[in-house]
Amino acid sequence: MQTAAISSSRETPPPAARETTAPAAAPSPPRPAPLLRMARRHRGEIRAVLVGALSVAAFVLAWHLLTTYRVNIYVRFMNVPSPADVLESARTAFATATFFQHVAISCRRILYGFLLAAALAVPLGLLMGRFKLLSEIVFPVSEVLRPIPAIAWVPMAIMLWPTNEQSIVFITFLGSFFPILLNTLHGMATVDPVLVRAARCLGATETATFREVYLPATLPQIFTGLTVGMGVAWVSLIAAEMISGQFGIGYFTWEAYSLVQYSDIALGMLAIGVLGLASSWAIRLVGRLLMPWSAR
Amino acid sequence: MTAPAFLQSADADTSYAPPKTTKGRVEVRGFGLTYDTADGATDAVSSVDLTVEPGEFVSIIGPSGCGKSTLLNALAGFLKPTRGVVTVDGEPITGPSADRGMIFQQYSLFPWKTVRENVEFGLKMKGMGRSERSRAARTLLGLAGLTPFENHYPDRLSGGMKQRVGIVRALATGPRILLLDEPFGALDAQTRLIMQQILTNMWQRLKISVLFVTHDLDEAIFLSDRIYVMTARPGEIKAEIAVPLPRPRLPAMTMSSEFLALRRGLMSLIREESLKAMGGELTADGLQGLAINLEGQDVFRAL
Ligand SMILES: Nc1ncnc2c1ncn2[C@@H]1O[C@H](COP(=O)(O)OP(=O)(O)OP(=O)(O)O)[C@@H](O)[C@H]1O
Ligand SMILES: [Mg+2]
Repeated sequence: MQTAAISSSRETPPPAARETTAPAAAPSPPRPAPLLRMARRHRGEIRAVLVGALSVAAFVLAWHLLTTYRVNIYVRFMNVPSPADVLESARTAFATATFFQHVAISCRRILYGFLLAAALAVPLGLLMGRFKLLSEIVFPVSEVLRPIPAIAWVPMAIMLWPTNEQSIVFITFLGSFFPILLNTLHGMATVDPVLVRAARCLGATETATFREVYLPATLPQIFTGLTVGMGVAWVSLIAAEMISGQFGIGYFTWEAYSLVQYSDIALGMLAIGVLGLASSWAIRLVGRLLMPWSAR
Repeated sequence: MTAPAFLQSADADTSYAPPKTTKGRVEVRGFGLTYDTADGATDAVSSVDLTVEPGEFVSIIGPSGCGKSTLLNALAGFLKPTRGVVTVDGEPITGPSADRGMIFQQYSLFPWKTVRENVEFGLKMKGMGRSERSRAARTLLGLAGLTPFENHYPDRLSGGMKQRVGIVRALATGPRILLLDEPFGALDAQTRLIMQQILTNMWQRLKISVLFVTHDLDEAIFLSDRIYVMTARPGEIKAEIAVPLPRPRLPAMTMSSEFLALRRGLMSLIREESLKAMGGELTADGLQGLAINLEGQDVFRAL
């Protein structure tokens, strides 16, 4: 509740301020005011933000129209909550702690499952790329397990793990494990051999070559894997929560359906969307910090 | 001829002095290498004998595919000779080492390291401390006129600058031998000239042995003390030619009669081999034939 309010009030003022001060400042000094110059330099980004805002607005408007006029053209919008309904149910949901508990629990499961997957898949991929034998041992098993969707693991996971919580984290882990592993492997396979040779000629030992060449050269691919893996982690988590959960945003959404609280369904879906977006942003941010050379 | 300023300031403070190298003798005896591929064995190099004396600048020229890179990779320690021995200062080569710096035809700077970090790499591998190696790298970059770019990532450099950084990086560890595989092949003529002067300058300053692979005759003559000419694949040494031109060599020398005489000699040696390398069907007469006028005729009928 509070965080949402703070972030929204912090986000809005700068564009508004820019729009009002820039035209006023422009005519007086001979060279463009700093704000105007900044606006010019970031023209592409400003346009992207404006277009993005417009497209979201159009989506909400379409949603509003379809639901208020209860359009029924094969797809039935009669029972679909309108944006106003969802806003209303968000207001009530945000007033209590339950909704945030669901969100927090889902986030915790993602964090555990995803971090565990990254912590295992990245080193495994790096080592498999380096040691052929390991790759020959692991690859067949991984190829058989990989096509099984994480959701198909739900019954097995319930049998395997003592608590429900652990089986959900396990399913989230499985979902993100393979994309991360495969991308890391692919990154290792495409390391430029000339760079490896260059390092060896400069006196790098086997371990130093691994650390100084293979790892950084594979980093972009690892981050591609992490981004994809995060997406799949959310898919798997929500499915697992809907099937076997008692908490979590997926459970919240499913429960809303059972309790015929249709606007809560949309609220849950929106929350999942926002959380998914935020987590992939977080990964991109970390990637940019770790790979300053590819910043652009 | 006006050399870039940083080349002339030879007496700039050189607080960084790589270890004096008194050795660096390369000896290749009866070297042969056969690649084992899926569709049989490929003889890349049949039999090569060559020597690089300490502090000498030696070039290898030969037609494409004659095994020059193969030979250089064996010297660097990446390939094991199938036949013969390759020694440095009497010791057989067992693997890559910082004693033998190598410059590759492809740019090989680490994209994730800045220019200075690239130059520091070899020193870091030697276990030199952070501040010490940063000072050494700065000095070397200064000598090569690269100080303004020390914090750039390689993808922001031009091709010439990348190879310059590559040379500085290879020299930073104080190798006894520098191996260069067509390092300036991708550069334009002007940049190439400047790079040649930089290389000459560094070589004289550091007194290391250089083995330089090129397919550019002028480059070979301009830079070398001696030139080996290789035959078409499987490569052998066809001729060994001394270049008695005085040093320092200036670009104006490329017009001198000695230079041109050397060039003519090398040209005829290379030409035969290049024709052989192109499948053996092309001969000098055949090339003449290609020049006949087919204008207005149906090419297929003409053939
Ligand atoms: N890894 C490899 N496996 C099999 N054959 C190879 C391999 N590398 C090179 N060859 C073959 O060996 C021969 C010599 O190759 P090399 O790269 O040493 O030639 P080069 O003289 O450097 O040619 P260029 O001037 O075109 O660079 C060529 O015929 C090439 O096809
Ligand atoms: Mg080659």
